[in-house]
Amino acid sequence: MSEEPIISQELESLLNVEFGPEIYEIEKGMVRKFAEAIDDPNPLWRQIAPPTFPAALVPTELWHKMTSAPCPLARFLNGSSELEYYQSIRVGDVISVTARLDKLRKMEGKEGTTLFMIMETTYKNQKGDVVARGRNTYIRY
Amino acid sequence: MAEPVFYEDLETGSEIPALVKYPTTMQLVKFAGASGDYYPIHYDRDFAQANGLRGVIVHGWLALSFLGQMITNWMGGSGILVKLSGSYRGMNFPGEDIICNGKVTRKYIEDNRHYVRLEIWAENIRGERTVSGSAVVMLPSRT
Repeated sequence: MSEEPIISQELESLLNVEFGPEIYEIEKGMVRKFAEAIDDPNPLWRQIAPPTFPAALVPTELWHKMTSAPCPLARFLNGSSELEYYQSIRVGDVISVTARLDKLRKMEGKEGTTLFMIMETTYKNQKGDVVARGRNTYIRY
Repeated sequence: MAEPVFYEDLETGSEIPALVKYPTTMQLVKFAGASGDYYPIHYDRDFAQANGLRGVIVHGWLALSFLGQMITNWMGGSGILVKLSGSYRGMNFPGEDIICNGKVTRKYIEDNRHYVRLEIWAENIRGERTVSGSAVVMLPSRT
């Protein structure tokens, strides 16, 4: 029985390869729009990015490669997000984002196979300080 | 926005004030734009239904943002969020309340800094936990 592999060679080849840095200038309007989108009127967010702001600092090259790698599991979900913060991200900062695919895990369940893709992301500011780290699980099913 | 919360004011089991959010499809569009997440499952009803859902769903990150707001509203300006995490266990749909809750699970002092660990979760109107997570905050001490 010939089947398309769940974990394609393209996807597997991404494991533990560091992508980036991708550069994001943290503009006042970008932070304001994010705070408005999450409906959080806290005046702190006029100067400081809200806690989930790293959602907007996407490592786009790895993301694109990960999501366009062939896979017979067509449906996609965000599984989980973890963030650890060392410093605030402030308006005016320039954040460099690097990321790697840390792990791929297949699980068999009643409803079929699920593929977990775990990405680790590092966010550094213009001084070279690591301001945050993220670990995100994405699911194909 | 709120009175500062001190480390000594809390104990294991202390609940933090719940926050109720009401996401709309317009908010999902705003969040797509603000985050760059244009996955159609969040704004294209046909796409969502073709994926077996009854309608578009709230971004996991947006639901986690609501939990983040609950924490920062509660802490006030003198608390610092050190860790925030959430597993997106269930779907949230726009046009329904999302109820955010949290409680203290651990208090500890490390390097003379005062930390509180929280269990946080979001429930939909059917009482299902759609996001389960945790947070660690650093709080001022009265000592």
